[in-house]
Amino acid sequence: MKNPSDMKNSSAVIDEGRRGFMRTAAGVATVTLAPGVLLHTLAHAGSPGQGGGVPRAEPVTDAVRYGMLIDTTRCAEGCTACVSACNRENGLDLQEMPTGADPALWDRQESRWIRKVKVQDNLTGHVSNLPLMCQHCEHPPCVDVCPTGASFKRADGIVMVDRHLCIGCRYCMMACPYKARSFIHANVEEKLTLAPRGKGCVESCNLCVHRRDHGQPSTACADACAAEGHHAILFGDLKDPASPLSQALAKLPSRQLRENLALNTGVRYSGV
Amino acid sequence: MANALVTGGRVSLGLAGALLALAVQAGGSPFVTPGSQAAKERSCVEATDFMRRNHMEVIKHQRDATVHGGIRSTKHSLAGCIDCHVARDAQGQVLPVNDEQQFCGACHDFAAVRLNCFDCHATVPAPAPGKAAGSAGQALGGASPGSSLPPGHPQPAAR
Repeated sequence: MKNPSDMKNSSAVIDEGRRGFMRTAAGVATVTLAPGVLLHTLAHAGSPGQGGGVPRAEPVTDAVRYGMLIDTTRCAEGCTACVSACNRENGLDLQEMPTGADPALWDRQESRWIRKVKVQDNLTGHVSNLPLMCQHCEHPPCVDVCPTGASFKRADGIVMVDRHLCIGCRYCMMACPYKARSFIHANVEEKLTLAPRGKGCVESCNLCVHRRDHGQPSTACADACAAEGHHAILFGDLKDPASPLSQALAKLPSRQLRENLALNTGVRYSGV
Repeated sequence: MANALVTGGRVSLGLAGALLALAVQAGGSPFVTPGSQAAKERSCVEATDFMRRNHMEVIKHQRDATVHGGIRSTKHSLAGCIDCHVARDAQGQVLPVNDEQQFCGACHDFAAVRLNCFDCHATVPAPAPGKAAGSAGQALGGASPGSSLPPGHPQPAAR
């Protein structure tokens, strides 16, 4: 039995030749045994996420809560830039009316993640325009009622549907006070890799979750609104007091839609 | 003595079989679609035998990590399967991976497995960033061949 000091001494005089041999042998073994795996890994390391940032490697945490502030005084009447940007981003414009369907029915049933809404105060006549989408509640009624756990809230506050679990009962659509969810009634021929879509599942705005998971800063609707020069939609982290969103919320008077339901929505509106 | 000979014979037969299997593998697996990226690789993201038996388990676990945890960086992903196993026709058009003659479709058909991954998931790879949509045979979803995206379609692949 060697004492610790002997061990220390013996490890100090390392046989460099032997170590070199082992290193070479390990290298040769790797190249011989697993060239395919190695090559595959190398080939894929070159294109992380296929552009647009680095894909997420760690599970999301509640250190952030994503949300939006919509300044309705800047939202222009007749402008639908956010809606079309959302449709393009999430493949909603690839939906096709089923053959033989009633166009009026299709107009109501086609999946929409954002609706442009015009509200008027009947006493004063004041008109506001606003985009209405999933409000990403802290206490989402859709999650409460879901019988399978398909409707869920991600740790970072995004309320979304796990289509693997959705049975298409549409209870969540009944529960949502904002009419934010849509049901896919027919087979979908064309879909994007980043936005799977198929018959029998409910879906809604997910705050461009693929962008969140690739570390991109904004959503398609906010980008489109800014590109139009309106800057009515501000996306960000509600939990970070230094984020532009938190600072704007501190400055501007804002409110939740249907605040009487105490859902603590992640999307806030000012000017309504 | 005779017993020993028989045993020896069996062992060498077994060895020869193993070598043959290795040789087949080294020459490229005959089970991937010719012309796909996978046909150029020596093995899948895991050992070929493991993938043949367990690919569904691998994808099933990954889907929960991706949908609920937002993890999109791992080597196990359905989008990755499609990127690698998709083949192109003579015109360079991408062939949907679930078509009867293609990688997923052919084997599931043979094994009488009916699955619904592709009811929702795209069957061709996402267009590479910066590449004009619709060009270079980037068809979309399970659509009829030659269909193309309206201009301006994005982006990073969902992993």
